[in-house]
Amino acid sequence: MTTIHIDNRPYPAKDGENLLQECLSLGFNLPYFCWHPALGSVGACRQCAIKQFKNEEDKHGKIVMACMTAAKDGIRISIDDPEAQDFRASVAEWLMVNHPHDCPVCDEGGECHLQDMTVMNGHVYRRYHGRKRTFHNQDLGPLVNHEMNRCIQCYRCTRFYREYAGGRDLDALVLRNQVYFGRHQDGVLENEFSGNLVEVCPTGVFTDKTLKRHYTRKWDLQTAPSVCVHCGLGCNTIPGERYGTLRRIRNRFNGAVNGYFLCDRGRYGYEFVNSGRRVRQPLLRKNRTQLLQPVSKRAALQHLGELLSGGARVIGIGSPRASIEANFALRTLVGRDQFYLGISERDLRLLASILDILRKGPARTPSLHEVELADAVLVLGEDVANTAPRLGLALRQSVRRQPEKIAKKMGIPLWNDHAVREAMQEEHGPLFIATLANTRIDDIATRTFRGPPAELARLGLAIAHALDPIAPQVPGLSDTAQALAGAIAEKLKAAERPLVISGIGCGDKAVVEAAANVTWALCNMGRPAEFCYVVPECNSLGAMMLGGGSLETALEAMNDAAADILVILENDLYRRADAALVDRLLAAARHIVMIDHIEHTTSAKADMVLPAAAFAEADGTLVNNEGRAQRFFQVFVPRGEIEGDIRGDTPGDIQESWRWMRDIMVVGRGDEGQWSSLDDVTAACAAVIPSLEPILRAAPSAAFRMDGQKIPRESHRYSGRTVMHANVSIHEPEQPQDPDTALAFSMEGYSGHPPPSLIPRFWAPGWNSIQALNKFQDEVGGPLSGGDPGERLIEPTPGKKAAYFENIPAGFEPRVGEWLLLPLHHIFGSEELSILAPGVAELSVQPYLALNPEDASNLGLTDGDEVQLRLRAQADAQVDVKADDSANTTATTAEVFRLPLRFKPELLHGTAGLPAGLTGMGNLAGVALPAWGELKKV
Amino acid sequence: MWNSLKTMWIVFLHMFHRRATIQYPDEKPNIPPRWRGRIILSRDPDGEERCVACYLCAAACPVDCIALQATEDEHERRYPEFFRINFSRCIFCGYCEEACPTDAIQLTPDFEMGEYNRKNLVYEKEDLLIDGPGKYPGYNFYRVAGITIGGKNKGEAENEAPPVDPHSLLP
Repeated sequence: MTTIHIDNRPYPAKDGENLLQECLSLGFNLPYFCWHPALGSVGACRQCAIKQFKNEEDKHGKIVMACMTAAKDGIRISIDDPEAQDFRASVAEWLMVNHPHDCPVCDEGGECHLQDMTVMNGHVYRRYHGRKRTFHNQDLGPLVNHEMNRCIQCYRCTRFYREYAGGRDLDALVLRNQVYFGRHQDGVLENEFSGNLVEVCPTGVFTDKTLKRHYTRKWDLQTAPSVCVHCGLGCNTIPGERYGTLRRIRNRFNGAVNGYFLCDRGRYGYEFVNSGRRVRQPLLRKNRTQLLQPVSKRAALQHLGELLSGGARVIGIGSPRASIEANFALRTLVGRDQFYLGISERDLRLLASILDILRKGPARTPSLHEVELADAVLVLGEDVANTAPRLGLALRQSVRRQPEKIAKKMGIPLWNDHAVREAMQEEHGPLFIATLANTRIDDIATRTFRGPPAELARLGLAIAHALDPIAPQVPGLSDTAQALAGAIAEKLKAAERPLVISGIGCGDKAVVEAAANVTWALCNMGRPAEFCYVVPECNSLGAMMLGGGSLETALEAMNDAAADILVILENDLYRRADAALVDRLLAAARHIVMIDHIEHTTSAKADMVLPAAAFAEADGTLVNNEGRAQRFFQVFVPRGEIEGDIRGDTPGDIQESWRWMRDIMVVGRGDEGQWSSLDDVTAACAAVIPSLEPILRAAPSAAFRMDGQKIPRESHRYSGRTVMHANVSIHEPEQPQDPDTALAFSMEGYSGHPPPSLIPRFWAPGWNSIQALNKFQDEVGGPLSGGDPGERLIEPTPGKKAAYFENIPAGFEPRVGEWLLLPLHHIFGSEELSILAPGVAELSVQPYLALNPEDASNLGLTDGDEVQLRLRAQADAQVDVKADDSANTTATTAEVFRLPLRFKPELLHGTAGLPAGLTGMGNLAGVALPAWGELKKV
Repeated sequence: MWNSLKTMWIVFLHMFHRRATIQYPDEKPNIPPRWRGRIILSRDPDGEERCVACYLCAAACPVDCIALQATEDEHERRYPEFFRINFSRCIFCGYCEEACPTDAIQLTPDFEMGEYNRKNLVYEKEDLLIDGPGKYPGYNFYRVAGITIGGKNKGEAENEAPPVDPHSLLP
């Protein structure tokens, strides 16, 4: 810490940090455009001009750019100096010369950094009346809208898109005052982080195209802190609602998790909440020949009560995409022994093994922010760019850690972004990617390795052996693989913060164990190694910590004694396991009760469907891949089915899953008043399962008040309160009450800064854009004031020596006439909920089967031909499940699929790729991959 | 005593003054054009809706009695899908007119809005939209804005240079 003098008053500052960041951290309002806390300084916009003085006697001073000047002890600067103020105002005026007269129809209006800065500079009157420069716009796809006239040439978009996110198809074109930011021609932005341009752009050049279809200003949105449900990373989001529909997702900064950026699946997947496939009313059929008919909530519960009162046997199937509270409520309803997790045996074993490794091993699992700090990374078997995209972005930053030393040696401060990049040139730190197929982060990889799961596991085990000779040796490894393992081991050993990333994406337990061996080998050598596992869903780990059997064991239990009622929670079983198995499971139950928010194949077979609340309509806790428990909050009260009804006039039948469970318990068993709010469920869960006890601290309870007030979900400028329902009834309805949280469905309440886990929006006086976040951090770019939200549930046992996994899989042997089908994940398409959003659906891949061209030509096939796939019965397939034969024999008999062929040259001879979890693939979506199948020309 | 007589005299003289009271409603009062009465939505000189659904009127409204939803036509011209004013809440402060960047929302000299049923005081866009430009003839927001709408491409608005060709490096 040093002391700097701003306008003749001393302030503490961080030595060597740039003055702009220090001034903002100290709470000064200093305008800026091109600087961004995550992107660093380039000094391009000349907006943060301040006066610097030589010493106390110097009255003249000189104008410098705050973002390009380091804070040194005793430095004297002035923000309020009239000359500096004039300078800043004239810079704003120049930037505004060509800015169009668009604000009323611009989607950025009301949360525009350019508006804020122009007001801050006092440039209030246009003197220029000449002709304005214009540009044509480009069609950048279904997610991002382009309006180039508004550009102020700050270069933030290309700096983020190209340098931070690794995109290639957006650049600055032309020259002089005609610089154009766009693609070489119209087309979808290729990078999966393109949605961040909406927030990075200080004005309205890049705006949210999905928001444009149902546009609402920032001040009119009802918002609450939420957590993304589209992958296992648990990025923090701010969903916004207006008139009963979800309008958009914005990033909610969490320094430990997502930081400033979200992936496009998380940002644009929200529209499933507004989807036509939502269940909005209870549906019931008394016998299976009939169709499901809408019934009232009371009738549905009454019917359930009658079924339950006869001492019926109930089996519950939970879900990794439902909150801990919902799963726990189901577990309480059916009893611990009748509760199953709703995932296949194979996935259960993989996740159990991950949880075991995380809990018992000596290595720590890093947060996403800590992944960015790793200086040597091995990715084993996980296509992170598709299964956990934000992790891929973190890896793009981690490869900068070692080259940064070059800049440090040259005395360049790390915030001086352009100079650092010049010093680093094309240097990348060690990143080794061993996966089934090519990934989108291969461009920054030091070395890549392609192969089927068995080969990946063998490579991993060989690295572990190269690090620590006590680790098991891999017999029969090829020389190239051996050399690669040695090279990787060398780099990991030399690193200060080595990291191993793996996951269940390639569906092989040996890969997971191999990753653990590598990390433990490093730990046993005394290196501070970390490992990060990617889990497929938003609450995969949370559900695992609750405990419960797989779908296969559920079927077994039902075969032993037929269940009367099968309660399925937020789960499409046909995506989890083989169709034949699910068919048998559903057939074994006399009554199937489905509680979910969307209709799907499983709900169509249910006898009763109860409308559950989607993530934006409910509260709950999710546990991400790091074992971080995070609370998400209800954004709005879902509307009922009544035409013309908006926002809770008649609240409708949708309610949180745990409330359905409670209601069922009340009608079935007469357990009156067990739970009245979410806190009761969370407390009960923490009491029953000690390892989940920290979820109580994930966010303040419902009784929490700031100055005796709740925290409002609506901004103080929220409009239309006395008229939005007036077309239905002139009598204004009471604001909906929220017994579950410390937030209120209201404009009224505490107006200051709430605790970090309860921040419903970022706004500060004079700062209407997302950059208001600066005011919520003690140090700009650092964690939120009061600490980043979330409670870590899993901490390693330090200093412990872990025993290595000894299971070494045999090398991959191609078979004659058969191919090993490998799962290929896709950011747009592989996830169940986001695909219901039109923008994501448009970008989704179509079903295909991938082969390398050589194998294809042997079959007489070329690119685009239709290929026939016959799956081998899984009983003898080479999948990981070795024990529990009963589970395996239940698997499919040969089913035939027809798919178009696509070439993928990196696939090994004898292997083929299938897109994982694609809804358009029918029963293939539930098949556990890898699996063996026969291919034939149609 | 003297004071009382003086007062009576003044009252007596008033009998010969011009009368201020008019026999409303038989006789209509003369209201200045800038009177803040019933709110209307106007059209631009081309006969299109002036409102671009920017939500500023709704934000400015101190009693929150304006609600609308923006939408776009096939040429991306923005207009309100619905526009609703609850006149039983309106205080006729005129902030909405002041906030309107396109001169669309205007207050008129009409104040005769009495209703027996409060529901009838909820005006939808059909009730608010008039056929002319109202108090401000001539102004057309889309002629000066930079965005493209049907019939007006980039560079065709007032004071705009022709669009830059991003594939050329010529000065």
